[in-house]
Amino acid sequence: MTPAPDLTFSGTATINGVTLFAPLTLTIGAGAWTCLLGGSGVGKTTVLRLIAGLETGAEFSGQIAASDGQSVPDRVAYMAQDDLLLPWATVVQNVSLGARLRGEVVDLDRRDRLIERMRLQDHMAKKPAELSGGQRQRVALARTLMEDRPIVLLDEPFSALDARTRADMQDLAAEALQGRTVLLVTHDPAEAARLGQSITVMTQLGLTPCDPPKAPAPRHVDDLETLETQGALLKLLREAA
Amino acid sequence: MKFLSALAATIFALAVWQAIVSMTGLPKFILPGPALVAETWWQSRWLIAEHTWITAIEVLIGLCCGTLLGVVTALQLANSRAARVLVQPMLIFTQALPVFALAPLLTLWLGYGLWSKVAMAVLIIYFPITSSFFDGLMRTPPGFLDLARTMQASPRAVLWHIRIPAALPALASGMRLAAVYAPIGAVIGEWVGSSQGLGYLMLLANGRAKTDLMFAAMLTLGVFSILLHMFVRRATARMAGEAR
Repeated sequence: MTPAPDLTFSGTATINGVTLFAPLTLTIGAGAWTCLLGGSGVGKTTVLRLIAGLETGAEFSGQIAASDGQSVPDRVAYMAQDDLLLPWATVVQNVSLGARLRGEVVDLDRRDRLIERMRLQDHMAKKPAELSGGQRQRVALARTLMEDRPIVLLDEPFSALDARTRADMQDLAAEALQGRTVLLVTHDPAEAARLGQSITVMTQLGLTPCDPPKAPAPRHVDDLETLETQGALLKLLREAA
Repeated sequence: MKFLSALAATIFALAVWQAIVSMTGLPKFILPGPALVAETWWQSRWLIAEHTWITAIEVLIGLCCGTLLGVVTALQLANSRAARVLVQPMLIFTQALPVFALAPLLTLWLGYGLWSKVAMAVLIIYFPITSSFFDGLMRTPPGFLDLARTMQASPRAVLWHIRIPAALPALASGMRLAAVYAPIGAVIGEWVGSSQGLGYLMLLANGRAKTDLMFAAMLTLGVFSILLHMFVRRATARMAGEAR
């Protein structure tokens, strides 16, 4: 794994000639969590997918660059709201999917350590349908970690979970992805306030950077400043709408 | 429960059949009653078994060849745009032709023996297999493909590890359909020209006004088709994701 780089995203996107987002510049700090917060349809997922080098259906003109000058899409790990676990594969097979797809030898020790770290050791031979929503997202996180990429792109990975499981997953992910350049796209102000080391609100009007709470992430769910930030973020979202 | 409902349905059908025979008083060469058909079936059991065996061989070979051919075609179609442009319209066109019309031609080309019937069975199941598997291959959940993309997977690896497994349930439903169609194909082939098989036996019995034997052969074909469908259903349960 190369050291985690800074990322700079700048440009504009249109869909069939209609502007999805006007020219904007987003800087994603090296080795830190950047939260991109926004409502539905503002194009935040498009930003993430463009960075990942995925199909978006939008016309993008601009630049996506890493501070070390190396290619970005080759060094990302991707996690979506849907856990994207293959339903026919077991937990261990899902965790090692990347290596199997690239025809590489699976590092079994690493795989088993990650599975243990995600507290899935009792579920190794199970299929996704036998797991709870939280367990499934933990498998997805183990798969993401297995990729061992310096850049991690998270597209609302916790939004389908219940409140308690979501908070647990946020803690686990924050700890597990430390030191990597993380972009978390979310519509949840509470999530952004808990996890963001840098928080940017995306609305129709463009990007608004916000000060994250001072406490180190992941912040306590009842930390006063975090709750204040959450309120301020929600206010920003509502003003723009 | 399932068995009981099947039993009840059978008894009900037999009762209706017998009632029609008793009430209308139709002569037995027009409509034989269930008792007579059962008796004929028992008396001719070895004759029927022999012809059933022939038809079964035709159907099973046809099913295997047709499935293999359909799977290979679907993979080619899914893999190559050129194949889609060139072959897909042709595939639909051949499906628009009545298979019945092709049967004499196949007999002319492949003779009266086994292979013209196998070819009929293959022809009739080729399309459902190809089209269901192809649809499955083209409808891989896009999220899986995104994930594979970020993992730098080659198209071949994506096909093998993601697209094919994701399409297996669709292939399973195609195969279940094929299990119902294949016997129809083989019997049509036998009608057009043969000296063996249940289709031949039906035609022969009909021609000699042995309607009871005709019924016995027909019901045997029906039971065979149901058993075949049940077998294929069970064999494809894993593929369809019904069993773990």
